[in-house]
Amino acid sequence: MLAGYLFVAPDFLGLLVFVGLPMLLALTMGFFDVNGFGQLSFVGLTNYQKMLADQVFWRCLGVTLTYMVLLVPSLYVSGLGLALLVQRSNRFNTVMRAMFFAPQMVSLVVIGLVWLLLSSDKVGLLPRLLAMVGITGISLLGSPNVALYTTLVVTVWFLMGFYMLIFIGGLQDIPREYYEAAEIDGAGRIQSFWNITLPLLRPTSFFVLLISLVASVAGSQAFDLIYVMTKGGPANATSVLIFYVYQQAFQYSAFGYAAAMASIVVVLLLLATAVLFLMTRGGRFNYE
Amino acid sequence: MNNATTLLSRRQLDLVRIVWMLVTLVLALMTIFPLLWMLTISFKSQAEVFQPTFWPKAPSLKNFVYVLTEVPFLRYLFNSFVVSAAVTIIALWFHSMAGYALARLRFPGREAIFLAIFSTFLVSLPVIIVPLFIVVRSMGMLNSYAGLIVPAIFNAFGIFLLRQYYLALPRELEEAAIVDGASYWRIYWSVILPLSRPIIASLAILFFLANWNSFLWPLTATSDQSLWVVQVGIASFRSQYASSWNYIMAASTIVAAPMLLVFIVFQKQIMESIKTSGLK
Repeated sequence: MLAGYLFVAPDFLGLLVFVGLPMLLALTMGFFDVNGFGQLSFVGLTNYQKMLADQVFWRCLGVTLTYMVLLVPSLYVSGLGLALLVQRSNRFNTVMRAMFFAPQMVSLVVIGLVWLLLSSDKVGLLPRLLAMVGITGISLLGSPNVALYTTLVVTVWFLMGFYMLIFIGGLQDIPREYYEAAEIDGAGRIQSFWNITLPLLRPTSFFVLLISLVASVAGSQAFDLIYVMTKGGPANATSVLIFYVYQQAFQYSAFGYAAAMASIVVVLLLLATAVLFLMTRGGRFNYE
Repeated sequence: MNNATTLLSRRQLDLVRIVWMLVTLVLALMTIFPLLWMLTISFKSQAEVFQPTFWPKAPSLKNFVYVLTEVPFLRYLFNSFVVSAAVTIIALWFHSMAGYALARLRFPGREAIFLAIFSTFLVSLPVIIVPLFIVVRSMGMLNSYAGLIVPAIFNAFGIFLLRQYYLALPRELEEAAIVDGASYWRIYWSVILPLSRPIIASLAILFFLANWNSFLWPLTATSDQSLWVVQVGIASFRSQYASSWNYIMAASTIVAAPMLLVFIVFQKQIMESIKTSGLK
């Protein structure tokens, strides 16, 4: 019996210290002021009041919501679209899948740098291509109205291969007989898609929506790409909440204030996890 | 008549298939184009960086030589390798033990422990970065290899997948060992671990990859340049050599190439393990 505890102990203690404790602190540190030596002094709701009055906070919350509302459906559509495109297993599709997935192998720092080069004002490849179709004079990463969309495109480009694979896994679980039966009944491809594929893909869809929701609010791509490509600018146009939290903590040493803002993200994530846990009956993904 | 229509429809079908494949191919080429662009720029001279031609006029290795000799890039590569390898090995060891216990051993509170571990499943680094920094600082581990390695070991994803794998293993093998009076450690070490070779192999690739590519934690935990990993190195490289894109792309190629090579060799395992990590 003791063996069980000993086997779990290293991971359990590690998770407790390096995930559990930080999570707890993230929820409570917002009520404290943290000085340079890590000492806490209780300040009540001061940080939260500061947050409500902070225009930049609201701006970042708005950016986060826009980012989320645009990213989640884009990833769903692009992931499912690519999966349908290369669904059949043959040698050609294997190569194509690998090409769609390849960006996932590269670090976000490198991805950010490459796209930064591609979107360089006027001389970069993307502005040149846009000029060819008559769009000139916009700065892809320098204009507050455009920068967020540019980073969104890069994010979708980076993540879509991952969601494609998840969808291919889901599509392969749908029994062929359903499609054959539908074909005999005279259903076309589009009808089969709406009446068979989408309904039977519901568990996969749920998983994808949840994971992409978490990624859009707190995924590492949201930090890394923005750090490399825009540093949150111009005029905070691409400053998602987690980036602003980082800035407050590590540029302005406002640890307590940063934690107060992070606690809001933590609450959102815990809610999402609870939903995932309930919907899968305790994490049993593979039981019917 | 009947024959003719089937013939026609078959020809149409071929046409549809060819168009379908062409669309796929064009999209796939567009997807990898930015990576190819990175590669070709790294062989170009600075004057050529913004010319819209794909092939370098006079391909040279100068940029690579510069990056590897004028910047402590080899040091960054070494740090990245040490950290990624250490995290991967220790994490797989811990996770396989925990996964085995959670799947197979009976002890009070097992479900509660699993629940607690599962509850960290969706916590991502950016949300806990500030308190994690404070915790690690108070342990005196900032600016050390330990500070880079230890916090990166623990994540629920690996435990979860290994537990799933062990739940599906046939019990007979273990039971024979129990009858023989082997200790749980013996069973884990000489029965369970050898049986988990396939999943350990694919997780090892995923873990190494994730750690090689990770940026936020190393950025936060190290200010001492001799401890920088390669991702932090190139990010700062960029602010130093803002307009020398030929150097920046050569550095990026050096960082990305090992992972892309791993992908070319192990693409089947990598994509398969991602595909099944979804819902199974």
